[in-house]
Amino acid sequence: MDETIVKTEEQEFLEEEICVAENLVYRRPKTLTDLDLHYCPGCGHGVVHRLLMEVIEEMDIQDKVIGVAPVGCAVFAYNYMNIDMQEAAHGRATAVATGIVRVLPDKLVFTYQGDGDLAAIGTAETLHTCNRGENILIVFINNAVYGMTSGQMAPTTLPGMVTTTSPFGRDVNKMGYPLKMTDLVAQLPGTYYVTRQAVNNAGNVRKTKKAIQKAFQYLQQKKGTCFIEVVSNCPSNWKMTPVESNKFVEEKLIPFYPLGDLKSPKEETK
Amino acid sequence: MGELRLMKGNEALAEAAIRAGCDAYFGYPITPQSEVLEYLSREAEARTGMVVLQAESEIASINMIYGAAGAGKRAMTSSSGPGLSLMQEGISYIAAAELPCLIVNVSRGGPGLGTIQPSQGDYFQAVKGGGHGDYKLIVLAPSSVQEMADFVRLGFDLADKYRNPVLILTDGAIGQMIEKVELFEQLPKGGTYQKPWATTGKTKNRERNIITSLHIDPKEMEKINLRLQAKYREIEEKEVRYETVKLEDAEYVLTAFGLGARICKKVVELGREKGYKIGLIRPITLFPFPKKLFADIAPKIKGILDVELNAGQMVEDVKLSVEGKTRVEFYGRMGGIIPTPEEILEHFEKIFLKGE
Ligand SMILES: Cc1ncc(C[n+]2csc(CCOP(=O)(O)OP(=O)(O)O)c2C)c(N)n1
Ligand code: SF4
Repeated sequence: MDETIVKTEEQEFLEEEICVAENLVYRRPKTLTDLDLHYCPGCGHGVVHRLLMEVIEEMDIQDKVIGVAPVGCAVFAYNYMNIDMQEAAHGRATAVATGIVRVLPDKLVFTYQGDGDLAAIGTAETLHTCNRGENILIVFINNAVYGMTSGQMAPTTLPGMVTTTSPFGRDVNKMGYPLKMTDLVAQLPGTYYVTRQAVNNAGNVRKTKKAIQKAFQYLQQKKGTCFIEVVSNCPSNWKMTPVESNKFVEEKLIPFYPLGDLKSPKEETK
Repeated sequence: MGELRLMKGNEALAEAAIRAGCDAYFGYPITPQSEVLEYLSREAEARTGMVVLQAESEIASINMIYGAAGAGKRAMTSSSGPGLSLMQEGISYIAAAELPCLIVNVSRGGPGLGTIQPSQGDYFQAVKGGGHGDYKLIVLAPSSVQEMADFVRLGFDLADKYRNPVLILTDGAIGQMIEKVELFEQLPKGGTYQKPWATTGKTKNRERNIITSLHIDPKEMEKINLRLQAKYREIEEKEVRYETVKLEDAEYVLTAFGLGARICKKVVELGREKGYKIGLIRPITLFPFPKKLFADIAPKIKGILDVELNAGQMVEDVKLSVEGKTRVEFYGRMGGIIPTPEEILEHFEKIFLKGE
């Protein structure tokens, strides 16, 4: 009985011919490989991977782009991104990217890093790469925990937030304050475009994509370091459903890490 | 004949890097090798377009090397003990990802901040790993300013040939001394090896290139280890280099590398004047170590005196090589003290001739 209904619906679907180009709302970009992502359901990493690869496909720059994967949940980014990539040591992605872009100055080099990678162990590399104004894009996924090592406190963990190494909530007197790396790098003359975005709802996803597009254009014009923080989630280690985690991003993380451009090029703000 | 110049060891090394077609140098100042970065900052870019960048730390410089070498370019760094210690994680990644590059340790006395005077205390770090995991560097030990230049070219070629990092282990004395050097001609930038594996941007006509050292599946990881080990065995078979002095009729053999060997050449001379039948083995490649030479000579001689500017590091490889077939003694000075030929000869006489 059920089966017939399904078939009928399927037939209707085909008869209406909604699967035509002008109705297409999503297609897997060719710059993503066929592999299934290993990320947990609802995790922001997958969304940002897709956005990056969509932009690379749309701008037709696959042969120009070289990516650098971090140590963190996105360590296997190179399995999904159908571009040339290097996997860096924990925290050293921007140094690796510096090495690449200095010898291949016409390529478009980006790093993809978590908050532990970029804002704890790799702080020095991050600041100095931005300070030198290396012509690279840094994509910074801030999910306020160490995802890969299963939920320890990150430099970006909110005050009072419970993690496995701040089991009674982050006590800023003992554990220090959340580090706003994006605000820091915006102060440096080497950075050209610094923005904070999110992927917790469709509107924010679109804005993040726009930011990525802009950044790659600036790299093509050799403008200097572009830095995009994406306020993201970690449903697994936050012990929330994907929907709850996106709500947490909206209600707790974004008020602390407000979205928008921290430094936008003069021609944009005119 | 190549161009003759009077140069400091560190400067000869830097000049050779330009001539060997090095594409990029990343480094951080540390005595006794800061002249390398200084010389390259002055000379390199204008002559060949070579990239020279002062990094924020040795951790950054070794990871910049990873990036540049992964992009298929000839990349190089130099430092001294403390800097090399900071680089160890990066070196392990580079060895695992099989990226050809050149690393130079102009070593000084340790442990800790130690002294800026010359030492050979970093032998273990250079030869036995230093970083984590089962990997090997090809290690070259120059003992003259001439070799400081020549081994840069050789080092880049070996690195490219085997897709393996090469380390030049030298010391503050050889880095700072001034000697005559014959420089080789300018070679094409980047060398001549094809690097189809490099990340240069995925074009339509090839699969993407990935530089990584991560292999979560233990079966896969073991396979890669086996491949690396096979490569190291091939290097042991084909790339052993050493120098010998008066070995033919030697009853006793001195052995030393780098600066130690320079001093021991004089010891051989002094000893021969006194009628002792002594010779010298100078390992030039510390990995691969000239095991076979030591094994072959061991049954024919009365003993080996290993001389190092450390507490006894290479002597372990000598002992492993002779497998107990001859007596192996050690003499060393530490902390930046350089032994004199006379004191080494005296020690030799004491232990081998007077039986003290
Ligand atoms: C030198 C070193 N120290 C520690 C680790 C262990 N480690 C792996 S990932 C990670 C933290 C990752 O967190 P983050 O950068 O925030 O990325 P996420 O997993 O949340 O995306 C740590 C500490 C390592 N691989 N290397
Ligand atoms: S652990 Fe967290 S950051 Fe990692 S994939 Fe899962 S949800 Fe994403």
